[in-house]
Amino acid sequence: MKIVVCVKQTPDSEAKLTAQNGQPSWGDAPLVINPFDEYAVEGALQQKEAVDASVTALCIGPEAARDALKHALAMGADEAILVSDPALEELDSAGAARILAAAIQKIGDADLVFFGRQTIDNGTGLVPAQVARVLGWPLLSLVGAMTVEGAEIKVERTIEEGKQIARAKLPAVLSIMQSVGEPRYPSFMGIRKAGKATIPVWTLADLGIAAPAQAVWRAELLNPPAHDSHCEIIKADSPEAIAEALVEKILAEKVL
Amino acid sequence: MNTWVYIDHFNGQPAPASWEALGLAKTFGAATALVFGQNVEALAKIALEYGADSVLLADDPALAVFSPEAFTSTLAALASDSPPALILFPTTSRTRELAAMLAVDLVTGVLVDVTGLELADGRVIATRPVYEGKLLEKTTCSASPQLVTLRARAFPKPTPEAGRAGEIKKVSAQAGGAAVIEGFVAGEQGVSLTDAGVVVSAGRGVSNDPAEGFKLVAELAAVLGGAVGASRAAVDAGYIPYANQIGQTGKVVSPDLYIAAGISGAIQHMSGMRSSKLIVAINKDAEAPIFQAARYGVVGDLFTLVPALTEAFKKKLGK
Ligand SMILES: Cc1cc2nc3c(=O)[nH]c(=O)nc-3n(C[C@H](O)[C@H](O)[C@H](O)COP(=O)(O)OP(=O)(O)OC[C@H]3O[C@@H](n4cnc5c(N)ncnc54)[C@H](O)[C@@H]3O)c2cc1C
Ligand SMILES: Nc1ncnc2c1ncn2[C@@H]1O[C@H](COP(=O)(O)O)[C@@H](O)[C@H]1O
Repeated sequence: MKIVVCVKQTPDSEAKLTAQNGQPSWGDAPLVINPFDEYAVEGALQQKEAVDASVTALCIGPEAARDALKHALAMGADEAILVSDPALEELDSAGAARILAAAIQKIGDADLVFFGRQTIDNGTGLVPAQVARVLGWPLLSLVGAMTVEGAEIKVERTIEEGKQIARAKLPAVLSIMQSVGEPRYPSFMGIRKAGKATIPVWTLADLGIAAPAQAVWRAELLNPPAHDSHCEIIKADSPEAIAEALVEKILAEKVL
Repeated sequence: MNTWVYIDHFNGQPAPASWEALGLAKTFGAATALVFGQNVEALAKIALEYGADSVLLADDPALAVFSPEAFTSTLAALASDSPPALILFPTTSRTRELAAMLAVDLVTGVLVDVTGLELADGRVIATRPVYEGKLLEKTTCSASPQLVTLRARAFPKPTPEAGRAGEIKKVSAQAGGAAVIEGFVAGEQGVSLTDAGVVVSAGRGVSNDPAEGFKLVAELAAVLGGAVGASRAAVDAGYIPYANQIGQTGKVVSPDLYIAAGISGAIQHMSGMRSSKLIVAINKDAEAPIFQAARYGVVGDLFTLVPALTEAFKKKLGK
């Protein structure tokens, strides 16, 4: 059984971001594997242990995005592939999905493709469904627990209204949620193995497709409006007096 | 301009943000509501009351439960017949899949979870939070139809007009649906977090007595007609289900009032509540970062302050 897990590289979630001349800047904060994709790798590794699968990590990004793939290898993925091409610098989610689908087909024989729920940079959460549509494979999104049963997979999904149990035939596309369990830390052995691994780079020519046309464009990147409210600390002699004063303040704001 | 508005629902229960989308569409001109499901004619009528000028109703056993494939094919067929310039959706787990797949079928793009929308010559410019709400972008879609999902509570909800009539046109459904839904366990009843006007949240600060802490928080939420949220630390510790988690790996909420009790204000928590209109923090540590985001703060013990606040609200609101 073969699992492909798609990972992106993003600025660390602790990073302080500012818009500078229309570009995002995160100072010297590190680039990391998208936190949601760590859960996807964790989910894939759990299946690897459960059903004896191989795990291939796949990323579209610049050369530097190798580090995100190395993180997946260090966690326990078996191999990694970087799709990198100067023509892919500006991709919208449907474009990324078409490239990922082409790469998944080139890898071949995948039974499951795992995604994170969304990326924390552009954060559209669209790519998993779009890859499923391009491939024509079933989509099981927002999955927390799963079991492979023969040629099918059974999952538990979390939607706004509660939990669903769903089943689909393989090959299938899954997006993975935090409830799959905390991502494991890379082991010493894993880090050494990842350091030595060769990561092939595929270009558009290797995939045999042209750069997808872009439909979604960023017109402007802005810093959020400065937040003028410095915090007013409410003090009084007793909890009751504090509560009364606070309620007065809240009601005066007319938000209720 | 005639805008299409997709009315999202779960077993006939509409997502309230669908009406917000309809209200926004009406500011651009006429609005056609899309209602898909089985036995959902009642929803079509409600859509007319909320301002839709007409409804395209696909009422069919093939659409009895939401399947992104069947719903996408149904919508794609309609949009190919008479292409609209703009389709609005409320942002929910279902519409994210539907809009995503529709963009593939129609070779267009989706502007996701937008909080502002301007229209010029039939083209939209959307504002949406990016980088976990740390930045904002203005974004456009150069293909047609332009697909836009709207963040709940970002746009005003119109007032329904009882008995308002309009054409309900029956359209055919497409089959499809690759996954089988075998079971469902409803989450906690009550006000939906993303649609709530007031959210009261607690975090690890309740650890001395988590059950009592969340009971106090729920009582305050109840007095305010709000929903209960939590930090990830509280969820990880098992004090409350994951469905209540707010933040980067949980839900994004933008209530009118957000009260955080015993939450330190980690950046990943803030990304889920930053767009709240008024933020109030209760924390025993005066240095807690949550106070930098809050308009009002109280330094002290939540176990005494939260019940005091509940009582004070009861008195003032006459409950
Ligand atoms: C990739 C990633 C994703 C994450 N996603 C999320 C997310 O979606 N949501 C989220 O919330 N976090 C998330 N986190 C975790 C986040 O970094 C914090 O660890 C978490 O928010 C802390 O929760 P807390 O504020 O409840 O706990 P703490 O940071 O431990 O804070 C508890 C606070 O309670 C106060 N306190 C203690 N006792 C009392 C009392 N009796 N009365 C009043 N105050 C009291 C303390 O002073 C302290 O400020 C994520 C982290 C990572 C790395
Ligand atoms: N450039 C990329 N390379 C590999 N996987 C990606 C890329 N962009 C998005 N993904 C995957 O798609 C998921 C959803 O991304 P998004 O729709 O951009 O929020 C991510 O969590 C990743 O698993």
